[in-house]
Amino acid sequence: MAGGLTSFGNDLYTGARSIDFIKRRRVWYVVSGVAVVLALVLPLLVLPAFGHGFRFGIEFTGGSQFTVNGSTKDIQNTNLAKAAVQSVTGTEVEPGVAVVGTNGVRVQTTQLDTDGSTTRSDRVAAALGKAYDVPVPGNATRGVSSSFVGPTWGQDISAGAIRGLIIFLVLVAIVMAVYFRTWKMSVAGIVSLVHDLIITAGVYGIVGFEITPAAVIGFLTILGYSLYDTVVVFDKIRENTSQLSDRSTRTFAETVNLAVNQTLVRSINTSIVGLLPIASILFIGTTLLGAGTLRDISLALFIGIIVGTYSTIFVAAPLYTDLRSTEPAIKLQTRRVLDARRNQAVEAPVRA
Amino acid sequence: MPSTVTPKRHARRALTGLVVIILLGLGLNSIGVFTSTASTFAGKAESLLPKLGLDLAGGTQIILAATTENGGNPTADQLSQSVAIIRQRAAAGGSPDAQISTQGGRFINVSLPGTPSQATINSVREAARMDFRPVLLTDAAATASAGTGDKPYTPPASLGNTPSAKPTNGSDLSQVTPYLQNEFDNYRCAAENKPAQVKASVPLVTCDNTNTQKFLLGPVEVPGTGISGATAGLQTTSQGATTGTWVVNLTFNSTGTQQFAKISERLVGLQPPQNQFAILLDGKVISAPTMNAAITNGKAEISGSFTEDSSKELASQLKFGALPVNFTVQSQNTISATLGSSQLLAGLIAGLIGLILVFVYAVFQYRLLASVVLASLGIGAVLTFIVLDFLSWREGYRLSLAGVTGIIVSIGITADSFIVYFERIRDELREGRSLEGAVETGWRRARRTVLASDAVNLLAAGVLFVLAVGDVQGFALTLGLSTLIDVLVVVLFTHPMLQLLARRPFFAEGHAFSGLDPRALGAVYRGRGQFRAPLAAGGREGRSVGEAQRRQTIAERKAADLGADTKGRS
Repeated sequence: MAGGLTSFGNDLYTGARSIDFIKRRRVWYVVSGVAVVLALVLPLLVLPAFGHGFRFGIEFTGGSQFTVNGSTKDIQNTNLAKAAVQSVTGTEVEPGVAVVGTNGVRVQTTQLDTDGSTTRSDRVAAALGKAYDVPVPGNATRGVSSSFVGPTWGQDISAGAIRGLIIFLVLVAIVMAVYFRTWKMSVAGIVSLVHDLIITAGVYGIVGFEITPAAVIGFLTILGYSLYDTVVVFDKIRENTSQLSDRSTRTFAETVNLAVNQTLVRSINTSIVGLLPIASILFIGTTLLGAGTLRDISLALFIGIIVGTYSTIFVAAPLYTDLRSTEPAIKLQTRRVLDARRNQAVEAPVRA
Repeated sequence: MPSTVTPKRHARRALTGLVVIILLGLGLNSIGVFTSTASTFAGKAESLLPKLGLDLAGGTQIILAATTENGGNPTADQLSQSVAIIRQRAAAGGSPDAQISTQGGRFINVSLPGTPSQATINSVREAARMDFRPVLLTDAAATASAGTGDKPYTPPASLGNTPSAKPTNGSDLSQVTPYLQNEFDNYRCAAENKPAQVKASVPLVTCDNTNTQKFLLGPVEVPGTGISGATAGLQTTSQGATTGTWVVNLTFNSTGTQQFAKISERLVGLQPPQNQFAILLDGKVISAPTMNAAITNGKAEISGSFTEDSSKELASQLKFGALPVNFTVQSQNTISATLGSSQLLAGLIAGLIGLILVFVYAVFQYRLLASVVLASLGIGAVLTFIVLDFLSWREGYRLSLAGVTGIIVSIGITADSFIVYFERIRDELREGRSLEGAVETGWRRARRTVLASDAVNLLAAGVLFVLAVGDVQGFALTLGLSTLIDVLVVVLFTHPMLQLLARRPFFAEGHAFSGLDPRALGAVYRGRGQFRAPLAAGGREGRSVGEAQRRQTIAERKAADLGADTKGRS
């Protein structure tokens, strides 16, 4: 009667089935290492040569954005928007025009006003409103929305975000070290967090998604989620390894592996349950609204949750094992367990 | 049996506590509804909902960076003074609901709801300006004049606007041309919406900031930059004794002292109202004192019917003139109400779909226990609503799109607490415990994990909230809030519910659809419908073995038992 995952969970819990996450850790290190290197090298060094790589939204580069909503004109005809913009700015400004939803157009331009005013932006908004036959600013049903971003605003957001990131990392390292009573779990957790952030940002760079403040919010949420996931699995590892003694039948690495296996069903369930609402935001955001806050946050989170779940199992837990297995006590225990096992195998060969 | 009574009593107590919390929250919020200023019932009902941020309700958001004249960052005092001035301008422009807040030490976030006029938007982002002008004419403002509507008055163009003779100084009445006289006579303060910056070299018709007095003023004679400071205090006589009246002491810098000496020497000999000088902030007269003596040392004392508060207010306004702050527009965002409402709708649809998907998955995984998941998420939603409502009422919180996203994202994180808990119960069932025992033991283990992981989440939200600006803050708030509520729901609802459900035969006997069927979970089977007794010691190691040892895997235990048996026989 139980679902496939339930009996899979049974087997994992009872130890009837065990996946060797820890034993094959060299393989995962290589996989993750390659992924991190690719996430850094491709968007930063290789892709820019072809004109791709990290694309920052106008919030970071500065510029103007106009969103036309509820137009009855032919929105597929992007020349309409281009003509309207260039009627104000002249041909040196090449606007980026994108169709949004079923009756909207989004127009992005470089910074139109350099003197801190919004004179030219206002005129472009008016021209667009005329071209698409919608009022400026919008009324209850349709209209032109405009946004203008100065060139330093994005830097200010990023500066705040990076400062927040560093303070968070320090605080969370302390909290985890105190809670788990070992700094090694902190290190393993934070390494896997950095791994998640680099890969998520790398995917953005490789695919060419625009990095907007909303995407930055998404990145920051990955901080919380990635560590949250790691803490849940580490708590089980702590529980299983806390009273590891000479009389145990398992080595330290095997105990960690068992904990990872025992929480595997939880990890799968949690990531699916976490992904479902985000996937629905992503879907709705993309189909109904087009580019915007909803899509940008959910895209970053969608990638981040998948990478975060992976890294807890394949990076954080193996790394913790490696950090601990150099300790003399752990080394001794491992040797005794292995010795005992060999002796037992000699004693009772029938069972083999 | 006492061991079964205690969980039940605990569960009842917890659930009662939860009901009390919810009722208290609702009661507190309904005070807000009854005291709401809305006159209609619909208006009152609306105040029951959290207020929406600009990106959902539509409006204009302007983020201004404030810089001092030499390009440095303004002090906190200057920034809050700027906020006060912008608030006045927004209110004057017909946006009394404007949300104005400071961010990150030098930014001012101005949110104008609805569709503010271009003039309002312009006035908000202009630098504040203080000027001193001599008074030429003054009169009580007409409250209302018939027939002309609310449009600003424009004098007929036929009237001449060139002075009959070249004015000799700023107080010369020859500046009052027929055109200006006509404008002054017909000027209605309420209808006018003068730009904050007016040309300094020409006369100006304007009103005081309460719209009770109108003025015809000469050109600017001392700009605000001439002020070096202003304080409010009690008047002291030359002997140093206080007279008990509040005054504002104004000091000028060297340029200001010279300029003010010139105007003061001239004005002191003139007839009223020409012996008055007007202090203008943003083109409105904030004070028009009479010049009683020629002041050449740059230290003026303004007296009048001041209270402590009004003197302090004027002093702080004058200080603003001394400390000019320039605003540059960092970001301006106009969101049409359509876009806002379609985003809110999309957010709500996404949330609903997400919730349904989570529920379907929970049914697939946990059968009837999924109803506990759904009910817990529901209770969480109610609590979130109550808190947001309260924040919206007391703290002026506005729910933004980023905030909505935070709530949707937290569905997953909240549901994870249940997953951790349920998986622990299942683990205990696999160990062969009865359901009631499994719920208690599973809870003790799960609680630790849930609290630790939620603490990390809360830390993330807290750091983001304190350090971040704008949207990030709104997101961090709802995320942190949801995390706290998650803890509350798990402790006060999910666990007590399971304690109660564990006593129902449907769950206790492990019905196939209960999601807690020991057979499906592969519990250690000991024949004749008996499952392994809890904490199966029984082996040769006895009770001295540590917890970790006891919790060896079931496969190992089976093997160990088998090994013991074979050894025993051999």
